[in-house]
Amino acid sequence: MATTLTKVDVVVVGLGWTGGIIAAECAKAGLKVIGLERGRKRGTEDFQQIHDEYRYAVRYELMQDVAKETITIRNNRKMPALPMRQMSSFLLGDGLGGSGTHWNGHTWRFYPYDFQIKTMTDEKYGPNKLSSDYLLQDWGVTYDEMEPYFYKYDQTAGISGEDKNPFWGKRAQDFPTPPMKRTPILKKFEGATQSLGYSPFMLPSANLSEAYTNPDGEVINACQYCGFCERFGCEYGAKTSPEITVIPTATKTGNFETKFHANVVEVIKSGNKVTGVRYLDTESGEEFIQEAEVVVLASYVMNNAKLLMVSNIGQQYDPETGKGTLGKNYCYQILPGANGYFEEQMNTFMGAGALGMTIDDFNADNFDHSDLDFIHGGSISITQTGYRPIETNPIQQGTPTWGAEFKKNSIYNYTRSLSIGTQGASMPHKENYLSLDTKYKDVYGLPLLQMTYNFTDQDRALHKFITEKTVNIMKEMGAKTVEGKAPITDYDIVGYQTTHNTGGTIMGASPENSVVNPFLQHWDAENLFVVGAGNFPHNGGYNPTGTVAALAYRSAEGIIKYSKSGGSLV
Amino acid sequence: MTEKPKNYSRRDFLKTTGIATGALIGGGLIGGLVGLNVDKDDQHVSDTGNTNHEMGTNGGFQFFQNQREFNVISNATERIFPKDDIGPGAIDLGVPYFIDRQLAGQYGSNTKEYMQGPFAVGAKTQGYQSRLTRASIFRQGIAVLDEEANKRFEKGFSSIEAEQMDEILTAFQNDEIPMTGVTSAFFFRLLRTATLEGAYADPMYGGNRNMDGWKMKEFPGHQMSYINVIDKEKFQKIAPQPLGGM
Repeated sequence: MATTLTKVDVVVVGLGWTGGIIAAECAKAGLKVIGLERGRKRGTEDFQQIHDEYRYAVRYELMQDVAKETITIRNNRKMPALPMRQMSSFLLGDGLGGSGTHWNGHTWRFYPYDFQIKTMTDEKYGPNKLSSDYLLQDWGVTYDEMEPYFYKYDQTAGISGEDKNPFWGKRAQDFPTPPMKRTPILKKFEGATQSLGYSPFMLPSANLSEAYTNPDGEVINACQYCGFCERFGCEYGAKTSPEITVIPTATKTGNFETKFHANVVEVIKSGNKVTGVRYLDTESGEEFIQEAEVVVLASYVMNNAKLLMVSNIGQQYDPETGKGTLGKNYCYQILPGANGYFEEQMNTFMGAGALGMTIDDFNADNFDHSDLDFIHGGSISITQTGYRPIETNPIQQGTPTWGAEFKKNSIYNYTRSLSIGTQGASMPHKENYLSLDTKYKDVYGLPLLQMTYNFTDQDRALHKFITEKTVNIMKEMGAKTVEGKAPITDYDIVGYQTTHNTGGTIMGASPENSVVNPFLQHWDAENLFVVGAGNFPHNGGYNPTGTVAALAYRSAEGIIKYSKSGGSLV
Repeated sequence: MTEKPKNYSRRDFLKTTGIATGALIGGGLIGGLVGLNVDKDDQHVSDTGNTNHEMGTNGGFQFFQNQREFNVISNATERIFPKDDIGPGAIDLGVPYFIDRQLAGQYGSNTKEYMQGPFAVGAKTQGYQSRLTRASIFRQGIAVLDEEANKRFEKGFSSIEAEQMDEILTAFQNDEIPMTGVTSAFFFRLLRTATLEGAYADPMYGGNRNMDGWKMKEFPGHQMSYINVIDKEKFQKIAPQPLGGM
């Protein structure tokens, strides 16, 4: 029997970037906010022993415990779905700060083209550039409308960068802090791309180049380039994360309360509104109902979609009929690239998560696709994140993967190899979607989320085209041997790829083709907001966090407005 | 700083106890203490010339049941990551002890993996689908390595030649050896990965002894900051530091 708790203005489910932003903005506006986080409290003081590759990067100390809850996976509708028994391809977050604690810090704004991809692609290439199996759609908001919210996040996070990319959307203001250090490794890429006629610039980074105080008064320290960012928390408080910015901002208003070990299992709907959420205290085993004027789902892509599905809110997408919107347009990220083997030793073990240089000459619609069989592209970067010894064993193709040759080569190349990587866009396809599994359950008795996903011809063509570009850059950088990434075939959940999962709870201008409106307000329940990369109708050629955070800021403004006047925000 | 008690090297031990190497063939007691079964017929585990085996980090098994199991893992990991002119191999790095500790803990019992049934083989793209924990997979894998050596060469795995070990490991890698509830290729992948983890994890886990794994790779371990050197053109040779202090 669940205990019903006193009603609050806003209940936020999940305290990563999106939940933290919404909580901070709403609490500052005077709303009473409760944040429910299924994981534990943690912060900078817990990261003093963080330089432990085995514990954090290999055994995933900061991530979701998939023994309790995971997803099932299949490549197509004909295959039986099976549980992802261990994490690998993507790493789901958990605890205060969520993935925002162990991210690298690449902070981008999606392109004007991304927000209007359907309109702009049709205008330039005609309506049949991709087959009708690809469910391209506009986002219901433009880059210009998003710009102030992008900047708001830049300021909160203190992003370090330089406005030198000739292609990206106009920035009303420059970056709050200057770019990070141009290291010798970055300069190799800069020189090579310049001589090939491209336009390199420093990657916008949430590892800050200098100490910074944000408009809310939170201090972010200067990055020390220690080489432990992604999968780690920052022991210096120098990687912008929710637990050092938006969470303390929310807390100091006196209007924000957090509850840990609070796992939400249902959003309670009544008529065209929701009344609150039901959650389990995973330590005491007690069940509670937290009533609220506004419910905000701010957990990860997977759990936001699952909570709507298990709560029967919205219509499940069916690939057979094309009907329904919930679970639709699940996308991933395509990762073309090249490895280069050099003769000289380099300081590959030093670095920071977002220490890098990028070219956007082959991103978005920055190049002509008339004679190409794909759209969009990706940002091509060199990043110096710090090679760590367990997981970085570079060997050239044909080298044995164990034994004397392996040992010799992997040790030699550890300080003599570099990689160029791409965040490639991922287009929605009618066969790629999320739904509920009918066989496997989580530890709370709820069905697991089921992912049906495979790479498409668009993805394979994009991968091949961009890989060739990265090979040329690596050659120009002076590598003795260059190897482009092997062409992609079927999506395989084994081996880390990226935690840039998107879609499933997509935004749009119409309830016919989206789950939430452009303020991330649910079409079927006006006081329910669903926030995160799940809102992306497709995934762009960048890491998603900057765009996710900007959408959260815009949504927070919508929630505050809704709290005063009610009704649909569109 | 408290003074550390002097650690006896394996050689010291042999010297002070006066036990001759020849008396130790198949000796469980001494093998258990110094970490190696000193078997004259087997060069891979009988290298008595090495002095890196600190008594303080040896001593006892948390997972392996007997010296034979331990020797099979020692020899298999040494073939995966052999001693050479660059530096020590898996045995001298303490990798078998690292694996022993890991198998006894949450890694071995899969406490962070989804282990609810029903179990099915699945497609390769669907990943780990075994009903077995890693501890069970290793235990079975060790037994099957020994069986396969007996089948092919009429000797246990730890008594065959290096090339013969490689032949068997390759057959595991190529999924040619029948196992129950798991494939031999999967077991081999686990074994290979665990070997590298033991070679390069912080020394507090029992492997990477003396930080020799890091020294070979020129990885400086736990360093607070590179802010003053990251823009240097020259390669920086930095003495490694472990998390816990040595």
